[in-house]
Amino acid sequence: MDAASAARPPEPEGAVIATRGLTKRYRGGQLAVDGLDLTVPAGSVFGFLGPNGSGKTTTIRMLMGLITPTSGTARVLGSPMPGAGRTVLPHVGALIEGPALYGHLHGRDNLLRYDAADPTADPRTRRARVGAALDRVGLTAAAGKKAKAYSLGMKQRLGIACALLQPRRLLVLDEPTNGLDPQGMREIRSLVRELASDGTTVFLSSHLLDEIEQVCTHAAVMARGRLVTQGAVADLAAGARGRLTVTTPDTAEAAGVLKDQGAADVVTDGDQVTAEPPARDLAEVNAALVAAGVRVRGFGVRRASLEDAFVALTGEGFDVAG
Amino acid sequence: MSRAETVATAPPPVRPSPLWTLGLLRSELLTTLRRWRTLALLGVLAAVPVLVGVAVRIETGGSPAGGGPEGGGGPAFIAQITNNGLFLVFTALAATLPFFLPMAVGVIAGDAIAGEASAGTLRYLLVAPAGRTRLLLVKYTTTVAFCVLATLVVALSALIAGAVLFPLGDLTTISGTRITFGEGLLRALLIALVVAASLIGVAALGLFVSTLTNSGIAAMATTVGLLITVQILDQIPQLHAIQPYFFSHYWLSFADLMREPVYWDDVLRNLGVQALYAAVFGSAAWARFTAKDITA
Ligand SMILES: Nc1ncnc2c1ncn2[C@@H]1O[C@H](COP(=O)(O)OP(=O)(O)OP(=O)(O)O)[C@@H](O)[C@H]1O
Ligand SMILES: [Mg+2]
Repeated sequence: MDAASAARPPEPEGAVIATRGLTKRYRGGQLAVDGLDLTVPAGSVFGFLGPNGSGKTTTIRMLMGLITPTSGTARVLGSPMPGAGRTVLPHVGALIEGPALYGHLHGRDNLLRYDAADPTADPRTRRARVGAALDRVGLTAAAGKKAKAYSLGMKQRLGIACALLQPRRLLVLDEPTNGLDPQGMREIRSLVRELASDGTTVFLSSHLLDEIEQVCTHAAVMARGRLVTQGAVADLAAGARGRLTVTTPDTAEAAGVLKDQGAADVVTDGDQVTAEPPARDLAEVNAALVAAGVRVRGFGVRRASLEDAFVALTGEGFDVAG
Repeated sequence: MSRAETVATAPPPVRPSPLWTLGLLRSELLTTLRRWRTLALLGVLAAVPVLVGVAVRIETGGSPAGGGPEGGGGPAFIAQITNNGLFLVFTALAATLPFFLPMAVGVIAGDAIAGEASAGTLRYLLVAPAGRTRLLLVKYTTTVAFCVLATLVVALSALIAGAVLFPLGDLTTISGTRITFGEGLLRALLIALVVAASLIGVAALGLFVSTLTNSGIAAMATTVGLLITVQILDQIPQLHAIQPYFFSHYWLSFADLMREPVYWDDVLRNLGVQALYAAVFGSAAWARFTAKDITA
């Protein structure tokens, strides 16, 4: 580490985003983010997960220097925000709470304008970079159309193109697949993977659990402004154990056998019986079912998903907090 | 950990070109001029002198009337239009300065920050990062440029309409002396610039209002409302003690530039008031905008 960074108060090595006790109370009195200690490792694809109103966008606004924290600190790329915005933000591409465009300008002119607002952007390469960004999100054909005539998904793509105008060290994408068709979602996911493989850290907020599970290496879960957990996605999912699932027409008998075999939390749903797997060999459990005359059509352990982890962590579903 | 450590250290200092602010200013001017609303305002301003010219022409049946100089503001000029089309420039500026011109400026200034906030584009300009102080400066410069443009549109439209509808030639100043048409044109340009400068106060006021709200419409309406209120208060005799501080109080002093010799006192007072407004409301706008939470 160089002298300047060594002189700073201790913070996790290699963190691209590090917040300590970050808190925001809006003027109306709403406590939107409460004592957030977030650490985003370099090179990660970091999923920022939480139900509506849990404080994701508020956190991102503080990280980008748009609003000042009520208390606590935030460091982005090793420098304090909002203080170091001038030097940090040129390295950050952001999509915050959906795209915002000049409806009376063409798609291409929107990007030219945003690029002109970046003091570090070279005007000589501006057109080429804008063209490349449009190409990357598949908007080249619609670049000459007025932005007000764009569909929701096209606007979203243009917003992402805006974040890609320059090579970035950090991409902050607030619900990037909002409004996209399935094909568009896939494209964005592969774009995120591609960027991550180039070494860009991607900070991705979403309330779509499977989206996070598909692309993210790390994740943090927010609920009511507080951080519930953070860590590698594999560790988080491992925290919640998978469920044993038996598909059978004889659900009542199957449930009885599973209980006898030591399975806890037995739930019957249609022709499926699920349970916490007992601590013994599952082959024995299956044999016991068959021996009891249960007609087993399917038997297996469903891998724990992030959703299971979320439910296990918060003890609640994925609903908006009041 | 080598890559991680390079990421953790502060980014290398970025060296913006000293001219990049001009790039942003150019983008801002183009964005403003490509708005339908801006073009509509300029269109209305261009139409006013034509309407006045046609009305005078119809009124007088096209025969030159012998109206001599009467002193004072607009009406003194209007009587001379039929003798000399150049007077349509002065008349049109006198007719648009009390309301049309400042209203147009109020709309552009009020929309400057609040319009970007309500469209959400403000947050993307700020994370670009345009920088709050620079963005505000660019916005104010653009508004002042619009003041000049709007005034020139009125003046040019009046000049063209005056040349088409009436004879041109040497003219008589308010003081009764004769000046050549060339000198008259120069005076017209000077007057147009002073009229444009008269709008600087409204521009600063509008920009300040624009930093107070996230609604472009509300900021425009407030600014235009203030404009009307001040003009009304300026007519109430009991308020004469504070009237010299109203931004509109010395507006019609530009007519003094048509005297021989030019009577500068009120013109300079007008410019002083405008500078005061620019300083006070410019600072207030800066203080507000640099401390503001951008939540829209
Ligand atoms: N400008 C504001 N003023 C007051 N309260 C606000 C403001 N913006 C957000 N809030 C409140 O702060 C809380 C967090 O909002 P935030 O927008 O950060 O949620 P989010 O996690 O991004 O939700 P979503 O998934 O719906 O985008 C909510 O309770 C919201 O009502
Ligand atoms: Mg949000």
